[in-house]
Amino acid sequence: MKSGIVSYGAYIPRYRIRPKDIGVVWGADGEAMGRGLNIRAKSVPGPDEDVITISVEAARACMAKVDLDPTEIGAIYVGSESHPYAVKPTATIVAEAISSAPVLTAADFEFACKAGTAAIQTTMGLTLSKMMKYGLAIGSDTSQGAPGDALEYSASAGGAAFLIGVDHVAAEIAHTVSFTTDTPDFWRREGQRYPSHGGRFTGEPAYFKHVLNCAQLLFKRAGTTAEDYDHAVFHQPNGKFPVRAAKQLGFKEGQIDTGLCVREIGNTYSGAIMVGLCAILDEADPGDRIFAVGYGSGAGSDGFDLTVTEEIRKIRRDATPSIKEMIADSVFLDYATYAKYRGKILMREA
Amino acid sequence: MSLAIPRFWREIQSRYNLIGTKCGNCGKVDFPPRAVCPVCGRKSIGKMQRFQLGGKGSVVTYTVIHDAPAQFEMQKPYVMAIIEMDEGVRLTSQLIDVKPEDVRIGMKVQASFRKLGQDGDAGVIHYGYKFRPAG
Ligand SMILES: [Zn+2]
Repeated sequence: MKSGIVSYGAYIPRYRIRPKDIGVVWGADGEAMGRGLNIRAKSVPGPDEDVITISVEAARACMAKVDLDPTEIGAIYVGSESHPYAVKPTATIVAEAISSAPVLTAADFEFACKAGTAAIQTTMGLTLSKMMKYGLAIGSDTSQGAPGDALEYSASAGGAAFLIGVDHVAAEIAHTVSFTTDTPDFWRREGQRYPSHGGRFTGEPAYFKHVLNCAQLLFKRAGTTAEDYDHAVFHQPNGKFPVRAAKQLGFKEGQIDTGLCVREIGNTYSGAIMVGLCAILDEADPGDRIFAVGYGSGAGSDGFDLTVTEEIRKIRRDATPSIKEMIADSVFLDYATYAKYRGKILMREA
Repeated sequence: MSLAIPRFWREIQSRYNLIGTKCGNCGKVDFPPRAVCPVCGRKSIGKMQRFQLGGKGSVVTYTVIHDAPAQFEMQKPYVMAIIEMDEGVRLTSQLIDVKPEDVRIGMKVQASFRKLGQDGDAGVIHYGYKFRPAG
């Protein structure tokens, strides 16, 4: 018996801003910045969108693809580093909004950008052990970089939801493995509005060390090499890191192209690898093998070896817009409107 | 504590999931939910069933709000519309993801989940339906 993805859904806000339009405000060459990061635009949530609304839309898109009684979901976990409430779980609102409440367990997860994949692993355990039939794992963020900071060019918004179970599995997860250390590469203290990061320290000792070690462990566990996979997807804080990591692991450009959404929507943090995985599932055929390794600062990586099954043809993949369609459905903002929407302008108390 | 919390909490099912009622006597659908059917009156007592609207409808009429209350300053100008749901009931809601000049009477719309407002920076956040052009 194997646990895996029964259904999936994602949500990407429509608004976008280009690196050029951010750079011009801060006297920086935004176009060069965008080229360096391999990011053409990043998604921006509307003034009435947050991690809760994005999580609900992703969860509803996930449920729209299957005929399944939402009360069969025994657990909902939402991974994010931008939950609207410090205390009051996002997961409770998602549960109510997809009519799964009240007989289920729910909680919010936090592990920088890999809280969503941690939720997948948790629901795998709960369904494999038969404690419940289905679990819903969500990764979603509306991350902010401090104005003018390098992160402002990439920090974006989006999320994805995966229904995990052992029946009607559309993508089996044969292996999962994690690699975790205490590495202070990126953090946000309680009450601080913007995160802090260790600059160049976020590269080698953080992203690459964890992603590459986790990937090698996963190859070993699965008895595979890069050639055995049709698709590979990695955490994508920018469009450069995952490409370099993939190359070092032996993957070719064609294997990582479909899931590399960061180039068009920026870094959706907890949503990043999950949205990328959704983009792959949008197009995958039965038998396709997918290699997925996430990363969360602090730091750790979760790796997954997936195989798409015949069930992928039975779920209604066209019930909701595909990732490609959501990426294409965009409205570009200038910096002033972006700053207004993101609450960067000090307003009079409402 | 804001006085609005208990009221909003009671309406969560309607606001999140468009839960209304259907009369077991004549079949009339109501939204928001009713305890008694306005057509059948006493004959409907005990026969009112929970009924979820499908979330699809069309614009009956609309207005563009330029002078917005403080909470909506970020969104102005925005569109408020009367929407006739496919089940026949009408409701009022904000239209999103569309420019005011692109709104048309008869336009097909579908429900989405958005933030409706909040009781200040420290208060409860309210969520519920808004409508966007049907894809
Ligand atoms: Zn009646």
